[in-house]
Amino acid sequence: MQRPSGLLTQRLVALFAAALLLFNFPLLALWDREALVLGLPLFPTALFGLWALLIAALAWLMERSGD
Amino acid sequence: MLTPATVLAASFAYLLLLFVVAAWADRRAQAGRSVIGNAWVYALSMAVYCTAWTYFGSVGRAASGGVWFLPIYLGPMLAMLLAWMVLRKMIRIARTYRITSIADFVASRYGKSPLLAGLVTLITVVGIVPYIALQLKAIASGYAVLTTPVGQPLPAGGASWTDGTLAVALALAGFTMVFGTRHLDSTERHEGMVAAIAFESVVKLLAFLAVGIFVTWGLFGGPGDLFARALAVPELADLLRLSQQGKPFAYEQWFALTLLSMLSVIFLPRQFQVMVVENVDERHLRRAAWAFPAYLLAINLFVLPIALGGLLYFSRGSVNADTFVLSLPLAAGQPLLALVAFIGGLSAATGMVIVEAIAVSTMVCNDLVMPLLLRLRHMNRQGDLTRLLLGIRRAAIVAILLLGYLYYHLAGEAYALVSIGLISFAAVAQFAPALLGGMYWKGGTREGALAGLLAGFALWIHTLMLPSIAKSGWWHTDFIEQGPFGLALLRPEQLLGLAGLDNLTHSLFWSLLANVGLYVGVSLLRRPSAAETSQALLFVDVFDRTVTARPVFWRGRARVDDLLALAARFLGAARAQRLFDDHARERGVASAAHIEPDARLVQFVETQLAGAIGSASARVMVASVVEEEALALDDVLRILDEASQLRRYSQALEQATADLRAANERLESLDRLKDDFMSSVTHELRTPLTSIRALAELMVDDPDMPVDQRQQFLGIVVAETERLTRLVNQVLDMAKIESGHAEWHDTEVDLVVLLRQAAQTVQELLRERGAELVLDLPERAPPLMADADRLTQVVLNLLSNAAKFVPAGRGRIELRLRVAPGALTVEVQDNGPGVPADQRALIFEKFRQGGDAANRPQGTGLGLPISRQIVEHFGGRMELRPDTGQGACFAFTLPCPCNPEPAPAGAPTDAAGDNR
Repeated sequence: MQRPSGLLTQRLVALFAAALLLFNFPLLALWDREALVLGLPLFPTALFGLWALLIAALAWLMERSGD
Repeated sequence: MLTPATVLAASFAYLLLLFVVAAWADRRAQAGRSVIGNAWVYALSMAVYCTAWTYFGSVGRAASGGVWFLPIYLGPMLAMLLAWMVLRKMIRIARTYRITSIADFVASRYGKSPLLAGLVTLITVVGIVPYIALQLKAIASGYAVLTTPVGQPLPAGGASWTDGTLAVALALAGFTMVFGTRHLDSTERHEGMVAAIAFESVVKLLAFLAVGIFVTWGLFGGPGDLFARALAVPELADLLRLSQQGKPFAYEQWFALTLLSMLSVIFLPRQFQVMVVENVDERHLRRAAWAFPAYLLAINLFVLPIALGGLLYFSRGSVNADTFVLSLPLAAGQPLLALVAFIGGLSAATGMVIVEAIAVSTMVCNDLVMPLLLRLRHMNRQGDLTRLLLGIRRAAIVAILLLGYLYYHLAGEAYALVSIGLISFAAVAQFAPALLGGMYWKGGTREGALAGLLAGFALWIHTLMLPSIAKSGWWHTDFIEQGPFGLALLRPEQLLGLAGLDNLTHSLFWSLLANVGLYVGVSLLRRPSAAETSQALLFVDVFDRTVTARPVFWRGRARVDDLLALAARFLGAARAQRLFDDHARERGVASAAHIEPDARLVQFVETQLAGAIGSASARVMVASVVEEEALALDDVLRILDEASQLRRYSQALEQATADLRAANERLESLDRLKDDFMSSVTHELRTPLTSIRALAELMVDDPDMPVDQRQQFLGIVVAETERLTRLVNQVLDMAKIESGHAEWHDTEVDLVVLLRQAAQTVQELLRERGAELVLDLPERAPPLMADADRLTQVVLNLLSNAAKFVPAGRGRIELRLRVAPGALTVEVQDNGPGVPADQRALIFEKFRQGGDAANRPQGTGLGLPISRQIVEHFGGRMELRPDTGQGACFAFTLPCPCNPEPAPAGAPTDAAGDNR
């Protein structure tokens, strides 16, 4: 796609690839530890945290004005 | 517990509220003030993804598997990352070709094949009915939990309220008929329904959050306390980790679930309906793409706390984890909160059922019933079919809901909520290869799509559907354990001996493998036909073509009357007439009768019909009233070629138009400048004229005026007249220079001499002002070619300007000449107040004088602009040096063709004086 929105497309695809890696083997296993963050178990907290980060990144990409 | 009457009353009050919301939105839409035309409502309507399965089932799944409820929501997150590309393309295609369902989408892409449309519809119905049953089951079991005293076992089979469930199913059918099939719309938009769905999304989120907050902070001391107590119990601590009970984490299943939900969030009929068909503006996708995952995150936030809370609160196994959302508030003595939670679950279930019923009924009507009906009475009935169409859809809605109810009644108790949902997901995932492939690959053929879908569907039945039926106890399980007919290789959950995968991953792997393999493999057997190629081009390149340059793949003869009559049969006479009139206006002809019955008209009618009866049926119907020539592949390619040519022309035309517009704007701005100039000139002329006239009148009126005074007045008159003359001269000068008609007498000029002369000329003026002029000139400067009079004019202008602004009595002006390689710079520095920052940019414009209005010195306001024009004529530039706080410093630089030669020591300083 050789359109002006080419950069946005590439960024979104890169973000998708990153998300796919983060949510699967083996990166997912890195969080599987017996530890607490602010009193919360690390693994579920990390999953929700990563998820929130992805939403924030997506929102930032999509809401920027222009193409 | 709550009394059945309370629960019933609340439920029906809620459904009534839903009616009110939908009716209100419909009314607003008719008044032209749509409530759904915004990205937030669009995102909320997408949340119809969260059904009763999310609402109750997630907690159940978390209670048995920990984080395993999450892949179902991480998949949509992944899908939404690509929504801007994939979903937007689907929306654009569907909008352009009036596609109103997934079946139509697939069929239209592969040459408008009725067979393909029928197959997709069939798969959808088979796959979705259990899912609808699941929603009814959730409502029924929720009701049972609420109305059974705490601590008592639930009535077996939830049978106590089967009649109530039937009533709910019928009420939902009624709602769906009212807001889904009120009138026939070729875009299939339902404003009221979408508003109601968005409302339901808010209700279920708030209700679930309320329960989550109550459990976390009401029953426990916040999340820290809750997790600390859960971690103290080994089995519960296990739920918060990747692997459970010492088994290795099933990554392949995790991946399969993510992939499955990623596909489902796009291909579930209800998702397609709200995301693609009901989309108002594709730009809404920008916000919805992140707002929808954010909604999913919010509704999942308290799943783990509720699940762990329930497991800690109740003794092991005493309460079904699927009902924790209701039973926890009940057990804690909060019946009102339990009722709110039930309403939330009700909204999740009803939202899903309503949208799914609309989507599936459209498919059943357009892609199953209509093709058969049209074949039956194809030619013999010419009456208006709009009522028949609506009737079919309404009947389809009732039939789907009754089927769902029947399924629930027969099999509802056998399976946990989550399994049924995943089986439906796996069914619609079969659409992915044909649909996504069709959007990006032009080589796919009808047979390829058919083969892929059939194989995927068959394997889905064999490896997932039949085993689930067998496990429900309807069928002997030998089939699963030994394989059909005792063939071990065909065992449904270990096909060809593939073991080690859970049954869902196993089924997904085989069905998608066969689906993709056959789709690609069979497609590659032959070259796509003309019909397939033309549709492939329209789909794959949908972003590349504007409406006017889109190729029309049709050739033949048609009559306007026939087409109009055909449209009237399916859209109603009035609507059809209006559409034709609009089309005539678009083409620039007087009325529908004058439209030339060419390919574009035929395509227009076919597209409109496609919205009402599906593209496959529309193709058949249009073909029945026109004489068309079959297109060969070469024809398609030639038409495409012509369209591309047309596109290039239209692009060139657009470019030319843009250029013209820019030129016109430039002209207009010049025109405005000229007007400004004229008004400034006349203003400047009027001021001296007014004072001359006033003084002259005074002298006329008063013949006895003392001579002194008369002399003084006459002196002013003379001065003002001189000013007028100067102004007129300067305006003429300016005009000449600007138009390029000025005469330039270029000679060799020695700037040092020229500056000395100029200094002498202003000597008298400076003495009057009591100002001192300091010359800072080199011995000699390289000569340059210029008009000496013009340059003198510039220097005099700068010097007299400086003289005007220096403080009276102690003014000091410096005139400097700097020689640099290739350039000569003249600077005039005064010790006046300098130029205020806000005027620095303006002083070179015409009639912008320095100083404020009160003490503006005499002058025309043209001196600096003219000077600048002169300097620029000689290829130099004039500027105001940055403010250093020591007065203004104007400078101009002239290019000099020669290198500066260092002034030889002892050279006669007055050598240039000979030239005087």
